[in-house]
Amino acid sequence: MQEPIHDLAAAYALDALDDPERSEFEEHLAGCPQCADEVGQLRDTAASLAFAVEGPAPPEELRERLIQQVRAEGPPNVVPLRRRRWPLAAAAVVAVAASAAAIVLGLWASSLSRSLDDKRAALAIVADPSARRVALGQDSVVSVLPDGKAALVSRIAHAPPGKTYELWVIDGGQAKPAGSFLVGKRGNPVLLSRRAVKGSQIGLSLERAGGAEHPTVILSVSRAI
Amino acid sequence: MDLKLLPSSQTRTGSGNYSGFPDEALLALTSRGDELALAELYDRHARVAYGLAIRVLRDPTLAEDAVQEAFLTVWRTAGAFLADRGKPSTWILTLVHRRAVDIVRREERRRAAPLDSVEEPEAATPTTEDEIELSNRRRAVQEALRRLPDEQREALELAYYGGLSQSELAERLSVPLGTIKSRMFAGLRRLRDLLGDAGFDGPLTEL
Repeated sequence: MQEPIHDLAAAYALDALDDPERSEFEEHLAGCPQCADEVGQLRDTAASLAFAVEGPAPPEELRERLIQQVRAEGPPNVVPLRRRRWPLAAAAVVAVAASAAAIVLGLWASSLSRSLDDKRAALAIVADPSARRVALGQDSVVSVLPDGKAALVSRIAHAPPGKTYELWVIDGGQAKPAGSFLVGKRGNPVLLSRRAVKGSQIGLSLERAGGAEHPTVILSVSRAI
Repeated sequence: MDLKLLPSSQTRTGSGNYSGFPDEALLALTSRGDELALAELYDRHARVAYGLAIRVLRDPTLAEDAVQEAFLTVWRTAGAFLADRGKPSTWILTLVHRRAVDIVRREERRRAAPLDSVEEPEAATPTTEDEIELSNRRRAVQEALRRLPDEQREALELAYYGGLSQSELAERLSVPLGTIKSRMFAGLRRLRDLLGDAGFDGPLTEL
């Protein structure tokens, strides 16, 4: 009596397959989106069984051992950045060109507002040959100068009504606000109001209009500068 | 602009200043080698993870091994997991559970007493917001388990807490393998519905 392999989803979610069955099912999973979906849901429910257990707290030494081992092992292999790196770099160049043209066309003749100063400063950073480019999610790139001055180029969609995007410089476990903006594309580039020092990371979050002291809805975090 | 918003986290007492970060963001930071982010994930999930490992393994040393190895896997592969878009808490508990089951099968130490017959230590009165939430959640899952048909609950408990494979279950209960499969499947489905009714839709990312 040959059972269809899909029937193994519940047993798999409960880790109730023996090794050969498990390998066979995982092979099947890789090519069966329905089963993968199903297993995802069943696993959520199976994992909730863990919450029914009343157990002792883990010993404090376990935490220390874990941290020590992690330090000894060093950082995990950096995950390669997903595609779009090139198009984004190109987008940055286009943004520079477009904004520069806008400036030349006299956009700034009305008033030399602070925001326009910021924009020019941001443009200068993006155009600076010494700037390093760091991806921030799939839709944004941050250019960082050696002294930590940074600017963002993004093609992120307009922030939803009542919301704003907020940038963060994350360093030593602390996220400090680094400015907010509403829209990618035409809003480009955005100057970060805080320097991104070496070793820090840039975060992007979505916040209520007016910004926040601490990030609430994190959208993406860059690798270390 | 395929932007998936991540759930916001509740306030909690955790390590460092990552307390306001959702699990997904902590995983993103972990995948870039941030130890503090891993420590925060540990502080959030180790309590449940260790309780589970003890339940399956019945041995503190082996349970510590299972938890430690699971969190090392989190450290090494957080980046790969992020692409899957699953719930981080489910992933972490799955890693712990699988590790525990592998060990228990290797060690031949499995015990498969149903949850109800096990003398659980009396919980200290929960004091922090996290402990209260955890304790509410525990009661909700226990209650949902109690409301399952007996044979479904038995199948889930023997498999999940006992570490028995479906074939071992069929043998032990003297029923056909197909019946075991149906009981596990129906049991998980029913449990999900009961937890949904109770307002607990699977593990919360915030927990």
